Amino acid sequence: MSNGIPGTDSRTAASARATAAASTAASAESPRPRTGGLSVLRIGLSRVGYETRMYFRTTDSVFFTFLFPFIMLAIFTAAFGASGNIGTAPDGSGGISVGAYYLPGMLAAGMLLSGVQNLAVDIAGEKGDGTLKRLGGTPLSPLSYFMGKIGQVLVTGIFQAALLILVARVLLGIDLPTEPEKWLTFAWVFLLGVITSAFLGIALSALPRSGKSATAVIIPIVLILQFISGVYLQFYVLPEWMQNLASVFPLKWMAQGMRGVFLPDSFASLEQTGAWEFPLIALNLAIWLVVGLVLSRVTFRWIRKDT
Amino acid sequence: MEHSSPVVRVRDLRKSYGNFEAVRGISFDIEAGETFALLGPNGAGKSTAIEILEGYRDRSSGEVSVLGVDPQRGGLAWKSRLGIVLQSTGESGNVTVTEQLTHFAGLYPRPRRVAEVIEAVGLEAKAKTRISKLSGGQRRRVDVALGIIGRPELLFLDEPTTGFDPEARHQFWDLVRRLKAEGTTILLTTHYLDEAAQLGDRAGVINDGLLIDIGAIGEIGGTDARVPLVRWRDASGRLQEKRTQEPARLVAELGAASGGEPADLEVIRPSLEDIYLGLVRGSRPSNDAADSLEDDTEVLA
Repeated sequence: MSNGIPGTDSRTAASARATAAASTAASAESPRPRTGGLSVLRIGLSRVGYETRMYFRTTDSVFFTFLFPFIMLAIFTAAFGASGNIGTAPDGSGGISVGAYYLPGMLAAGMLLSGVQNLAVDIAGEKGDGTLKRLGGTPLSPLSYFMGKIGQVLVTGIFQAALLILVARVLLGIDLPTEPEKWLTFAWVFLLGVITSAFLGIALSALPRSGKSATAVIIPIVLILQFISGVYLQFYVLPEWMQNLASVFPLKWMAQGMRGVFLPDSFASLEQTGAWEFPLIALNLAIWLVVGLVLSRVTFRWIRKDT
Repeated sequence: MEHSSPVVRVRDLRKSYGNFEAVRGISFDIEAGETFALLGPNGAGKSTAIEILEGYRDRSSGEVSVLGVDPQRGGLAWKSRLGIVLQSTGESGNVTVTEQLTHFAGLYPRPRRVAEVIEAVGLEAKAKTRISKLSGGQRRRVDVALGIIGRPELLFLDEPTTGFDPEARHQFWDLVRRLKAEGTTILLTTHYLDEAAQLGDRAGVINDGLLIDIGAIGEIGGTDARVPLVRWRDASGRLQEKRTQEPARLVAELGAASGGEPADLEVIRPSLEDIYLGLVRGSRPSNDAADSLEDDTEVLA
């Protein structure tokens, strides 16, 4: 403890004060380095590593957002696997396994959970426990903070999707698409969907009034979306009004995009319009991306100033 | 150049929440290199005033300048010159002490070395421990470390030693003295008046949203409040008190009068705490001998 702050013991307070005053004056004249756009990017990238490490150290986030789609896929496969394939010909041949049918839905659920549920609960919690207040007192740009959160969602989302696909292939023996263009479609639907989810998560984090109420406010929203958007229930069996309602929200389009990648093209006839509608998927997700971005920017505060 | 301008300048600061006026017009300056202690009971408006200076809250009216900048317009470059130790927070703490400090060091343009700061707050043995596994006092030291990692020109310390054991408190005082010797300007709030007396150059006392006194630590409360107090038990067993500038003479007289040792004899020089309590209760200790103990023990408790 004795020499923690060096170079002060021998100096008198007065001379040190004079030096400090001089250096204060100097720094007031020439702006300090490392406060420009480059530093926003550098700090943003360092936040990605920090946030990702925090994510995997938090049991709640690992269980409820990372592992949840795996658990649901396992349950659906175990529950309905014995009742035969989905989409079989009248003679009972063909079709795809239950696991293969649910894989696209679970990928879409993973995108939504990693973005919306994870960030909305996480940021509301950070607001409640003082993390944001502390960060707000440092020269951290909100942009770097956002970059860290979105980067964390991307890293964990990609990891989750890769693992889901691996489990589907290796453990459940599900055939994966072989055409490169299918994988290209997967890439853009996934990236657009995950980033949209991340912004919507940041925006929704303004909703809970406290960190403790965050899960109670956010999880029902996310859960209802999953039920009406074709994640847990087969979309084509839902009543038309529910399908139309789900079409307003992004999850339906993420799930549809994933079905378009992973299901045989013959399954397109089960969609509402009989086609995968990739341009509409892009349009809906892009609109929600802009909505999420604007809401995030407008609602985000380091602290609630009105309390 | 702003040689003569104070680091903190507050003029007629007011802050209302709805109909409630938490800060009702306070003014003070803090000069470069000075340690200023802001004292006052809970709910007096202290935290509101400090959070306005830190840029967390907007004021209702008045003028505020911190390091030459209006905190309501303070940008990132301004924040990089501040160090803020908030009252304790409840963060999840899923990172180690070193990880947390390394990350925060990266946010500042001219940070101190992480190992140096860990040593300065006495957490070498816990450097690789997750913050969530630390005791309350150790977590508080991490808060202090995070406040100084950016080499601040102005350091806000809001009740920094809450939860410290006596040894940790003395180590912390040494740390603050070294920061002070480096020229750091410090705004301190504390409920430990001995801490304010040890560290502060000047103090302001806030009560009910108003600054009721301000001055050098050795002068606050005025000279009357510093008159030594002699306390003894008289022949009838009643506790007596008398304020006097000549306590030795009074003690000698008492000894002569009683023909022996007066029972429970004490000579008390009012501590900052006594003076502070006198100020906050709006009743400065008077010069007259107190007839009844009850009144004065309340003031001097």
